[in-house]
Amino acid sequence: MNLPVIIKFVIDLLAVLLLALGIKGLSKVKSARDANRLAAFAMSLSVVGLLSYYLGTSGIAIQSWIWIIIGSIIGSLFGAILAKKVPMTSMPETVALFNGCGGMSSLLVALGVAIFPISSSAENFDFFKSLINEVSISVSIFVGAITFTGSIVAMAKLQGWLSTPGWTQSKFRHFVNIVFAVASLIAFFDLINGNTSSIWLLVIVSSLLGIGVTLPIGGADMPVVISLLNSYSGIAAAAAGFVVDSQLLIVAGAMVGAAGLILTQVMCKGMNRSLVSVLFGGSLSAQSTASSGSGEYTNITSCSVEECALTLEAANKVIIVPGYGLAVAQAQHTLREVTKKLEQNGIEVVYAIHPVAGRMPGHMNVLLAEADVPYEQLKEMDVVNPDFPATDVVLVLGANDVVNPQAKNDSSSPLYGMPVLDVQEARTVFVIKRGMNAGYSGIKNDLFDLPNTSMVFGDAKKVLNDLIGELKDLGVGEK
Amino acid sequence: MSFISLLWVLLLGSLLGLELIGKVPPTLHTPLMSGANAISGITMLAALTLIVKAEGNVPLLIIGSVSLGFALFNVVGGFFVTDRMLAMFSRKPSNKK
Repeated sequence: MNLPVIIKFVIDLLAVLLLALGIKGLSKVKSARDANRLAAFAMSLSVVGLLSYYLGTSGIAIQSWIWIIIGSIIGSLFGAILAKKVPMTSMPETVALFNGCGGMSSLLVALGVAIFPISSSAENFDFFKSLINEVSISVSIFVGAITFTGSIVAMAKLQGWLSTPGWTQSKFRHFVNIVFAVASLIAFFDLINGNTSSIWLLVIVSSLLGIGVTLPIGGADMPVVISLLNSYSGIAAAAAGFVVDSQLLIVAGAMVGAAGLILTQVMCKGMNRSLVSVLFGGSLSAQSTASSGSGEYTNITSCSVEECALTLEAANKVIIVPGYGLAVAQAQHTLREVTKKLEQNGIEVVYAIHPVAGRMPGHMNVLLAEADVPYEQLKEMDVVNPDFPATDVVLVLGANDVVNPQAKNDSSSPLYGMPVLDVQEARTVFVIKRGMNAGYSGIKNDLFDLPNTSMVFGDAKKVLNDLIGELKDLGVGEK
Repeated sequence: MSFISLLWVLLLGSLLGLELIGKVPPTLHTPLMSGANAISGITMLAALTLIVKAEGNVPLLIIGSVSLGFALFNVVGGFFVTDRMLAMFSRKPSNKK
């Protein structure tokens, strides 16, 4: 072993250790930010290790430097700009886009090696080694392509650029996907047999498979899909590690792949969905169109902002249930103003956060933290549910399915079994909503029909602004 | 590296990944996903290797460079966006006054 090899070995080992500590630290609130920086540092360390190794052994040609610099500058620049500019509300689709590009990168590496075999692997040619090479190239292309197209479809659906086409909800889609899967398997074996041209077939059918699997999945399940695709991009990275013979890549890729799988499982649990039903069950709204036809609202009470303010003023304990509607209206700051006034009057305010509030687990916490809501006031569902009977007023802001009592009472409902917030137990419930449209699931919400529920119609931000005015008139928060 | 030892590396890496995340508070699901996603951009190392070993093969250099760009887009964007999210948690209301 000569010096460059030893140095690279030490650096790689250190990088793996730091990456593992980084992932570990990211799962605790206190250490998360430092852990993220630690992981970023480990990544740059690994680049230094790799470059120094080649400088010390084969050297790096000027031409290579030029292309390295071009690629790095363009990629980093776009990444940094997007990361700084993107609004917090569109975080899920941003993660999807980044993830898709990671998959694309693995795909391109494998494609490059396949079309132009690297000289070093050709010199000591033996059959076993070339077989491994072809298998890892195929896996890298297959997983990379699925990650890429799947993530892009997920992003487009979350952005609202793509809707769910009707045919994807029929059984027909399974047939189509099976055809794609079989075709990619054929291309896979053809490639291993030495037929290099079938590589393009593999690229095309695995890309189509990525689209075909993601397209039928409904918006509410998208976070789970993104998490799963994130796990795939780790697997793609590990496969690319086999292609270029890098232990570091294999370890890091395997780590992300496995951790992503666990995270996907955790998310599924929070939504009371199994991974199988997310992937193959189609979108919730499509299943429910049949059963929700029976649901007409019969007992809607609508009320003015003024009434709402009067009730709030008299309350001792208020629970806020924020949902994605709040985020869309960008009303989290206005909401914070309202709750500040209430708190100044000695009213106890907490926020009830459903595990899947917003569009992604933890998304709502990020949005509320952005509006300076103290972390201690954010209560998770299991903690806050016993508190509802002792609560005077519940404000539901842009949340719908997560407060639907059907999930507990009606076993025929598609929502049945999903953990929900028991807001109906509170003395008064105000639902601030733009209209009577159904939520993500497309299911009628029984909560709206209950006698203790009043609807305040309007855009969340406007209603909250009016509420601030009314509270001011009542002298709330002046003391 | 022999293939068998690479398989060991794969196995141990996967086991490590399974163990690292036990209980994650729902608050951190989005940042954790985004952070792990940034790490999966480690394929940039493969792209770098490709460019270094291309030995003047221009199409290969271009493929490597594009691949490196995609990977760094993932890595740099991913870490920045995670940091932005996490920065909001650490901000205490007390030091605003």
